[in-house]
Amino acid sequence: MKNRSLISINDFSKKEYLKILDIAEEFEENPRQKILENHVIATLFFEPSTRTRLSFESAISQLGGKIIGFTDASSSSVSKGETLMDTIKTVANYSDLIVMRHPLDGSARWASEVAGIPIINAGDGANQHPTQCLLDMYSIRKTQGTLENIHIAFVGDLKYGRTVHSLVIALTQFNATFHLVSPEELKLPSVIKKYIKDSGLKYHQYTELESIMDKVDILYMTRIQRERFADPMEYERVKNSYILKNKMLENSKSNMRVLHPLPRVNEIEEAVDQNTKAYYFQQARNGVYVRQALLASILGLK
Amino acid sequence: MENSVQKELKVSALENGTVIDHIPSTRLFTAIKILKLEKVSNPVYFGTNMNSQKYGSKGIIKISDRFFGREEINKIALVAPTATLIEIKDYKVVSKYTVETPSEVQSFVKCFNPKCITNHQAVPTKFKVFTDDKGFLKLRCHYCEKTTTQENMVFQ
Ligand SMILES: [Zn+2]
Repeated sequence: MKNRSLISINDFSKKEYLKILDIAEEFEENPRQKILENHVIATLFFEPSTRTRLSFESAISQLGGKIIGFTDASSSSVSKGETLMDTIKTVANYSDLIVMRHPLDGSARWASEVAGIPIINAGDGANQHPTQCLLDMYSIRKTQGTLENIHIAFVGDLKYGRTVHSLVIALTQFNATFHLVSPEELKLPSVIKKYIKDSGLKYHQYTELESIMDKVDILYMTRIQRERFADPMEYERVKNSYILKNKMLENSKSNMRVLHPLPRVNEIEEAVDQNTKAYYFQQARNGVYVRQALLASILGLK
Repeated sequence: MENSVQKELKVSALENGTVIDHIPSTRLFTAIKILKLEKVSNPVYFGTNMNSQKYGSKGIIKISDRFFGREEINKIALVAPTATLIEIKDYKVVSKYTVETPSEVQSFVKCFNPKCITNHQAVPTKFKVFTDDKGFLKLRCHYCEKTTTQENMVFQ
């Protein structure tokens, strides 16, 4: 992994993912190690994403690294019309690794080809967000003891949810069974279902959240956004049927855990936060360890 | 053999140059565009909606004093996979082959995804070519990872 960029979840093999997760476990044990003291990491956020940026910056700071960068394009030379290539080449002179988020699809791949130093993709438009996928895998393994043979339900917007797409693809390497719960118009795209079929695995589609409650080990919730619906009436009709309440969790398996990429809007009632099966805040915390593991591996420190 | 050479001669009637035959009629102008033949100064002849025993209706292009590298000519396989290329020197057919679909194409097809970096900044496009379950040719963008289908291909 040394000196390699992480752009797409498809860039890494199963063995490499697992290696990262193992290193992340070490960081969970001991997240404050001054191994980045002699390093400068650039965090270039061409569009704001406070949550992802803070997670990266916490990961870097806890390891003693220095951070340079910007938090949105308006406060940088990009607003003066500088090309992505020029920004990246310039910043590559000042840092050892670049973490970047950009609104255009494919921007991170392009950056990795011109930078001359490693790039970690923190989201390129609607395309990829591989560190989210890694922290989801870490959270599944942490709560289930394994990534193999799990039953996972994805709930909500499965059509546009980049996070869902990446995680489905990653889990096809671990013999998962997929339970897909969504309104008709937000079903998982067939290109993603093809990955499941091609791996010889099974998926089941539902429109009712209750129907999967006693079947799954992981319940992966996502936001349903009003603007995704052509017909606003349809949104009004379905929006309440995908809200998770404590009562619905009564019949779930004891090992079952609820994940959510956050931020949530209203799709998980706040009362659920107290439930022992709620895992989404811990999941966000795991993001820091996974990012520490990635930084350390790519910089050749672990 | 002599006979077939005579026949080619009649069809081509070129002293030196290239004949591209068996182009689907509907794709002729696209093939011309891909090869940038609008811009050459050599004599170029083309015909379309001609009868073909094999393909029903076909188009044909003849270019005097111009020969193509394999890579260049294989570009048209994206729109005309049945096309055959005949090279002529001194009125004789010196080579003849069917175009081959390239496994990768660079810089001459636009990515269909409006949010792709290649449509916003000076990034040369790059695609992997593959055929889907139904046998349709598709391009997968190296950058945005989205798929451009044959009917959505726009040539730069
Ligand atoms: Zn693209």
